[in-house]
Amino acid sequence: MPEVSYYPGCSLEATAKDYAESVEGVCEALDIKLRELPDWNCCGASAAHSLDHKAALNLGARNLALAGRGPSPLVVPCALCYNRLASARHELMEGDELIIDEIKAMRGDYAGVQVVELNDYLSSPQVIAQARQKAVGQDLSGLKAVCYYGCQGQRPPAITGKADYENPQGLDRLLSALGVTVIDWPFKTDCCGASHSVARPDLVFTLVARLYERALAQGANCIVTGCQMCQANLDMYQEEIAKQMGKDVYLPVLYFTEVMGLALGIDETPKWLKRHLVSPKGLLEKAQLPRQTWERL
Amino acid sequence: MSQPIAGAPNGESPSLERPQAPSPEQAIRPDGRWLAQVQAASGVSAGACYGCKKCSNGCPLSFAMDLHPYQVVRYLQLGQMDKLEGSSTVWICASCQTCLTRCPNQVDLPRLMDWIKEELVRRGQAAPEEKVRLFHQLFLKGVAKRGRVFEGELMAGYMLKTGGAFGPEAIKNARMGLTMLKKGRLKLIPARTKDRRWLKALFSEPKGGSHA
Repeated sequence: MPEVSYYPGCSLEATAKDYAESVEGVCEALDIKLRELPDWNCCGASAAHSLDHKAALNLGARNLALAGRGPSPLVVPCALCYNRLASARHELMEGDELIIDEIKAMRGDYAGVQVVELNDYLSSPQVIAQARQKAVGQDLSGLKAVCYYGCQGQRPPAITGKADYENPQGLDRLLSALGVTVIDWPFKTDCCGASHSVARPDLVFTLVARLYERALAQGANCIVTGCQMCQANLDMYQEEIAKQMGKDVYLPVLYFTEVMGLALGIDETPKWLKRHLVSPKGLLEKAQLPRQTWERL
Repeated sequence: MSQPIAGAPNGESPSLERPQAPSPEQAIRPDGRWLAQVQAASGVSAGACYGCKKCSNGCPLSFAMDLHPYQVVRYLQLGQMDKLEGSSTVWICASCQTCLTRCPNQVDLPRLMDWIKEELVRRGQAAPEEKVRLFHQLFLKGVAKRGRVFEGELMAGYMLKTGGAFGPEAIKNARMGLTMLKKGRLKLIPARTKDRRWLKALFSEPKGGSHA
């Protein structure tokens, strides 16, 4: 049973509870033991790096110091948390002059911590093979999905170390292997506007409308993502954005872990899907999935 | 007066008059000393930009900016901080990293945008995108207090300060709040990091970023 360190991040305790539950459910089904970092702190998100570079670096450093004491790698489900932790690690390899004494005293081995995004971890060839083996033979071909990776997990490549940052393939491979009809599209890593949904929702609406347009034009009936900020921005305001577009839009926004839940036949999957604002009920019914996966949504 | 030209954009008649030469007061006086200071403080080699504009062509949010990202770099090179003070660009940037990823000289524009924001806030300057600044500051205030973000408090605090709790937005916001509560996506009791001594040390400096 592989054991990894796990940094859930603040959103997964609240708005992205569906993501948190599905991550835990899927990892349990795949015998992956998630060891949550003891007493972790917020990564600082957009706010810290925007206004207080020193705070951003220290918030990351403390989490990395905690991770250095546990199993490797450190797996992170939120794309922004992942980016902040990987950026902090990158900068700390150059020196720790900005780190306060209280955190220096933790003697963190920053360079020794391998920070991995959850969707990369779960789309490795080994995990894909294991997921295929444990899949219950559910026909998922009625899900016509575009995979939406967002920006923070991919860029900049100097920090993420990824080779396919302009056209990532991990989720595409994973979902194809599980029988989903995966549709290629050119907006895999385009920005959704992230935290601007609070102060400048107009910007988010413009960017998300473009994503909807393109997903529909490609013939998709759902969007699958591995970032809870992307999920929130595409799921929470769909009705309002569609109204502004003057178009009917019905595109449930699923976490890749929820789709894995369907493939692996995990009983709790409907409980996760029920938390979405755009109900996946119509999608799953039309895709001819078993009644128990959608009847209570 | 010039004659309208058929087929001109928006049906407006472009002026055919000779543009006026800029007055000596309008002309930029390059100040190179400033570039060296910014580079040292931010760690970004802004001087390496040769103006290919890849950053600005790839930027998903340039439609909402008053200066293109390359213009921000150019004004920095010329030492024209005053041009950046009233600009929305650094606040609109969502740090999506597309510009840095595609820059042939690897000029870290997102870091530069952050450095400018921090500098403006430190100087106590009003931001053209007050709401963006306020959201970031409230977010950090919460982190300084608990070590983690409490989304419920953050949103309530933001709405109280921006009128979203009373104005015409109030009903819409309340409805969204209720929906999220019903869906089990609104946490009512905040989570905290247990060890918080280091937070006091980290956020004790009177820094603009930490105090909303």
